[in-house]
Amino acid sequence: MYAQMVKSTGQGVKSLDEMDPQERAFQERINAGDKIEPKDWMPAGYRKTLIRQIGQHAHSEIVGQLPEGNWITRAPTLERKAILLAKVQDEAGHGLYLYCAAETLGVTRDELTEMLLDGRMKYSSIFNYPTLTWADMGAVGWLVDGAAIMNQVPLQRTSYGPYARAMVRICKEESFHQRQGFDIMMKMANGTTAQKRMAQDALNRFWGPSLMMFGPSDGDSVHSAQSMAWKIKMNGNDELRQLFVDQTAPQAEYLGLTIPDETLNWNDEKGGYDFAQPDWDEFFDVLKGNGPEAANRMEARNKAWDDGAWVRDGMMAHADKKRAAKLAAE
Amino acid sequence: MSNLFEFACRMGDNSLVLGHRVSEWCGVAPVLEEDIALANIALDLIGQTQLWLGLAAEIEGSDRDADALAFRRDVWDFRNLLLVEQPNRDFGHTMMRQFLFDAWHFEMLGALKGSDHTQISAIAEKSLKEVTYHLERSTDTVIALGDGTEESHNRMQNALDRLWPYVGEMFLNDDCDHIDTSSLRPAFDARLADVLGQATLVQPDSTFTHKGGKTGARHTEALGHMLAVMQSLPRAYPDAKW
Ligand SMILES: [Fe+2]
Ligand SMILES: [Fe+2]
Ligand SMILES: [Fe+2]
Repeated sequence: MYAQMVKSTGQGVKSLDEMDPQERAFQERINAGDKIEPKDWMPAGYRKTLIRQIGQHAHSEIVGQLPEGNWITRAPTLERKAILLAKVQDEAGHGLYLYCAAETLGVTRDELTEMLLDGRMKYSSIFNYPTLTWADMGAVGWLVDGAAIMNQVPLQRTSYGPYARAMVRICKEESFHQRQGFDIMMKMANGTTAQKRMAQDALNRFWGPSLMMFGPSDGDSVHSAQSMAWKIKMNGNDELRQLFVDQTAPQAEYLGLTIPDETLNWNDEKGGYDFAQPDWDEFFDVLKGNGPEAANRMEARNKAWDDGAWVRDGMMAHADKKRAAKLAAE
Repeated sequence: MSNLFEFACRMGDNSLVLGHRVSEWCGVAPVLEEDIALANIALDLIGQTQLWLGLAAEIEGSDRDADALAFRRDVWDFRNLLLVEQPNRDFGHTMMRQFLFDAWHFEMLGALKGSDHTQISAIAEKSLKEVTYHLERSTDTVIALGDGTEESHNRMQNALDRLWPYVGEMFLNDDCDHIDTSSLRPAFDARLADVLGQATLVQPDSTFTHKGGKTGARHTEALGHMLAVMQSLPRAYPDAKW
């Protein structure tokens, strides 16, 4: 997902009896479906895990602008250019809402940005893959935004108020992105021989990385268990991956494209598709920073930040002068 | 080619080329708010392109549509001002270029709103709402960075000096212009003096101007590279529908 393998406090979930009264009252509020708000008391681990998760999600929106930005200047029609610009603008907006949500937990956007830029914080593995043809703009909307929605829709009910509210706004736009992506795929899959080839190639390259977005099987991960108890993770990774495959396989068939998995097969008994696991070795390589475009993504973000320093400083200096002048006039 | 076709191409090519330039900032602006604002400006300009080039295609009445005009013409058929094809260089150049163009565009659209050509008047009226906001924003940015730190001041002054020889072309006038563009200069100059004053920037003395963009006689080298990127897909796959 946009926030993959976020480590929580990692001591295992305490039972209500093991908790001190404050913590117990907090957990009972969560169990009752209450929203936790910024001024409320919360366990340090809850705060820390949320900062990591929301921060990683925000960074993903920001870095996620790059693979699609890669095609804005080459969009093949004025309308496609406008739609793609609007989409990438939405993603920047998502980053902004999420940074604002994270800031309510006592960390600043600049601090989070510095952590992204020096590698202390991560962003979703998916944005380390290249976008090589126009069909990739379709595949990203269809598969990547599609996978993101799987996890973000339930997060609208997450226990932390500002995060849940950010998700409500984001989800509306994400489903629009997915439809637009699918629309590009339709055009490509029903287009010329070259376009069909681009569409199949895009699906071949993005299928595995999209499945990886959900993260490896939770198994008996203590992190997942704690995050689920806190309702900042709403579903297991395998459960969401299954939902995604079940939703996507018929869509691929409708497009006349072949999912690159020979084992993919409808299983009547479980009421879902059987499918092959993606290459988890590749996933861990990507997490270590070895994604095909990882170095370029970080270079681009670092360059943008460094080149923009004089602009941010100039804006601040001017704002300070204006404030001083206003004070002097009073 | 009819004068009206030529004029619609001038307006449409300005917004297309500048919209494209601004869109090159996607994902790499100095702050997130600027990423969003620049995308928004690019989006408005591409929308205006659809209207102007759509009108041009209608006037021409052959089988070309707005996309064919945008993606299948070569450099010599583009009719945009030289100013808007100038490369982004840094954020200062980008915002100075934006301000100089917005200040002209604002006056231009204001005048076109009064045209008795109903389509021109309608496009101008719709665009003017967007451009009023663009101008507000680029004005604020030029003032803030001009009057910011020593570095931001110097960068903005450099940008102004570098772009200044492209300002005069906006006010050159010929038969193809739907209105007398030279009549826009006094209002432009008054605004410029006010904004540069607040920005503590100095207007260059020179009255020299490069020309050849809006007539297509001689573009700068930068435009060819932009079109090579922008038109690559429709050129490589001429039979494809996207
Ligand atoms: Fe998003
Ligand atoms: Fe997204
Ligand atoms: Fe999205």
